[in-house]
Amino acid sequence: MRRAAWSSALFQIGGVVTALLLTTVVLIASKAPPFAAFANIILGSVGTWNNFSQVLVSWVPLLLSTAGLLITFAVGMWNIGIEGQITLGGIFTTWALRLLQTSGWNPTLIIALAIAAGVVGGALWAMLAGALKTFGGVNEIFGGLGLNFVAMAINLWLIFGPWKRPGIASMSGTVPFPQALWLPTVNPQSSLSLAAVVIAVVSILVVFALIQGTYFGLRMKAVGRNPRAAHLLGIPTWQYMMASFALCGVFAGLAGAVQVTSVYHRLIPAISSGYGYLGLMVAMLVNYQAAWAAPVALFFAAVNVGSIQLPIVLRLDSSLGGVLQDTLVLFVLLGQGFRRFFQKRTGDEQ
Amino acid sequence: MQVELRDIHKHFGKVHANAGISLDIPAGSIQGILGENGAGKSTLMKILAGALHPDSGAILLDGTSVAIHAPANAIKHGVGMLHQDPLDFPPMKVLDNFILGHEGGLFSERRSAARSLKELAAQFDFLLDPQTYVDSLTVGERQQLEILRLLWLGARVLILDEPTTGISLPQKEKLFATLKKLAAEGKTIIFVSHKLEDVEFLCNRIAVLRQGELVGVAEPPYETHRLVEMMFGREVSAGARTPAAPGETVLSLAAISLSHSRLDLRDVSLEVRTGEVIGLAGMEGSGQSILLGACAGLLHPTAGAIDFRGRNLAGRSHHAFRRSGAAYLPAARLEEGLIPGLTLTDHFILSEGLSGLFIDRRKSIRLAEERIELFDIKGRPESTVESLSGGNQQRLLLALLRSPLSLILLEHPTRGLDIESTMYVWSRLKQRCSQGAAILFISSDLDEILRYSDRLLVFFSGRVSPPLSTEEVTVEQLGRLIGGKGWERFDAEAVHA
Repeated sequence: MRRAAWSSALFQIGGVVTALLLTTVVLIASKAPPFAAFANIILGSVGTWNNFSQVLVSWVPLLLSTAGLLITFAVGMWNIGIEGQITLGGIFTTWALRLLQTSGWNPTLIIALAIAAGVVGGALWAMLAGALKTFGGVNEIFGGLGLNFVAMAINLWLIFGPWKRPGIASMSGTVPFPQALWLPTVNPQSSLSLAAVVIAVVSILVVFALIQGTYFGLRMKAVGRNPRAAHLLGIPTWQYMMASFALCGVFAGLAGAVQVTSVYHRLIPAISSGYGYLGLMVAMLVNYQAAWAAPVALFFAAVNVGSIQLPIVLRLDSSLGGVLQDTLVLFVLLGQGFRRFFQKRTGDEQ
Repeated sequence: MQVELRDIHKHFGKVHANAGISLDIPAGSIQGILGENGAGKSTLMKILAGALHPDSGAILLDGTSVAIHAPANAIKHGVGMLHQDPLDFPPMKVLDNFILGHEGGLFSERRSAARSLKELAAQFDFLLDPQTYVDSLTVGERQQLEILRLLWLGARVLILDEPTTGISLPQKEKLFATLKKLAAEGKTIIFVSHKLEDVEFLCNRIAVLRQGELVGVAEPPYETHRLVEMMFGREVSAGARTPAAPGETVLSLAAISLSHSRLDLRDVSLEVRTGEVIGLAGMEGSGQSILLGACAGLLHPTAGAIDFRGRNLAGRSHHAFRRSGAAYLPAARLEEGLIPGLTLTDHFILSEGLSGLFIDRRKSIRLAEERIELFDIKGRPESTVESLSGGNQQRLLLALLRSPLSLILLEHPTRGLDIESTMYVWSRLKQRCSQGAAILFISSDLDEILRYSDRLLVFFSGRVSPPLSTEEVTVEQLGRLIGGKGWERFDAEAVHA
């Protein structure tokens, strides 16, 4: 058992090292100094408090998406539709804010209601993907992908149609909400909200407890690993699948709500910003274990933010961060595959 | 073409599936291969058709030793196999299926292929439209297509695995006529079946396999009882069977009809009473698992009523049956019964339906330890189920049964288990019976059926015999019924009733 853990760690580290090497090769090929580039990513993310607060800002929606995805992965589902669920969260939050901003109610209450609306929006959109899967036999990957495009279209229609800025519709989104309806930030220049960080941290803790410690989580895992046996053991399988989609939608909706209330203060076309897809990668990289989600999501957020200044300082494209993230996922997964292959071979020899 | 098999051996793990089989099949003959499930028929045929490699032994075709590496290689040597489930591509057209597997250039010569298909079909009086899609054909027609395809590819030895399953009587007659014609042309036909009547009617010679060995070769005129004896030939001890004193009716099937994967069961009626054990005998795929599934709510009848403890549950889900006290143990333990990756403790939590928010670890581990000790399972509460041996997995499944239960349904309860585990499983099941449960089980092991059941049902191609008392049935009768003979007497009885 100990040996298995060691060999697993060894293969993981091997994956990380290979990913770094490959990124270095890419850098050398594009005639950039590799060490300067890595140093820039590190300094750009944790070099100053301001940069690090940016990292936390992008950590929040990423961690929320990952939290949600860990639930759908537990029942063996690939909820690719999470991007659309984040978008619907943003739309519902904006909708609630627009309705209530002139009501004269307590701003804190309005913000809370708006976030709750986002949660409902995300959950409903997720349940649509879940219903397509459970009742229509549509693979959740294709259903989710389709619903992502629909969500994007609804979002654009709202921004350029009913919710357009007076005078001229714009890619920069709807009219910003008054400052009273923003989630309070740590200082006026930053969009880092302590409340948002707390929401994200509490969410991942809840998901961890749900999967590791509850009867509900155990039954979800049972459905994910062997639906037929779970059915014979008396577990209502389709209800658990639907519930896992709804729960994932709750966290995706939260991510959308946080983006609207604390980062952009309005609805923008790219409200989900790819955090859903990035969340899929984080979930894969942590091998669907909730315990590692927070640090790995933080690392991904740091790489995202750190590579922003690459174009300015080194005239490199900022997509280098993406190269690093993607090769990392690829090689760590490959490492796991190799480990299983070798274990199987040595197992056969015994 | 003359086929000679010389001392073929094949092991699968501990199982000696073919133990030194030698068989000569002269050209132009129809050779029957007879044997019960697991006798080694399919293994031997797959070796000849190149789908499996023998551990040792030789294959001689027309006197020359050949090494057959793959099915595509076999057809080059003139050996073609018709599988029980036709290996075709239903969403494609008849002609496309016909051309598949043919070696050719980049562009297939559709026109000449279509001509060959038509000529061949005319020769055997098959009506196949090259332009229809295969999924609209019947099983019999798909079989005809496959035969033509193999002949076109140059097959001189044709192996047919259970070809009369799922086809109509006229199609069967046409198939037999075709096979006789092919044999007359000098082709060698190998006909694998468990249906005594078909084999006796068609074949020039019959080889019987049992437990991986060739037990004998028979020539016409055949004596059915000799064949049955060779197929099942072993002493069946009635043993320590303690007939239960049956109590009230638990489950009653009233003229139910079932339909699933090419099989139709019609008007099956059965009363199951507390404390009794009913065995379901027959070749695999004769309808036993369909009936067992219906008793568990896993399959819904198209007609009739299923009365379980006073309520009609026909059309209700498995969970409704479960709540009323039924349990179903599938044959594929790790694939269908247990959840890989979860521990023994997890399984006990799930099966007991413990509820609340947070898992009570201490309580559940204690529960697991108790059951592990009670059922003598070699494993720890934190072991995953896939780390257990087959026998221990079956013990775990028994340990997962709740109490009280009124009906236990089992598919092959002791398949793959050693003698000790087998005895243990049945002692536990008998104990359940004495506590008021009724048991229905499927087994392909006649010993097991005769030893443990109070009554039994025999299945043959979707036909279900009336319940027979184990006391009054002999092994030979049972063997004949499983092979599809002696069913007339039930028709006569039905007329009287």
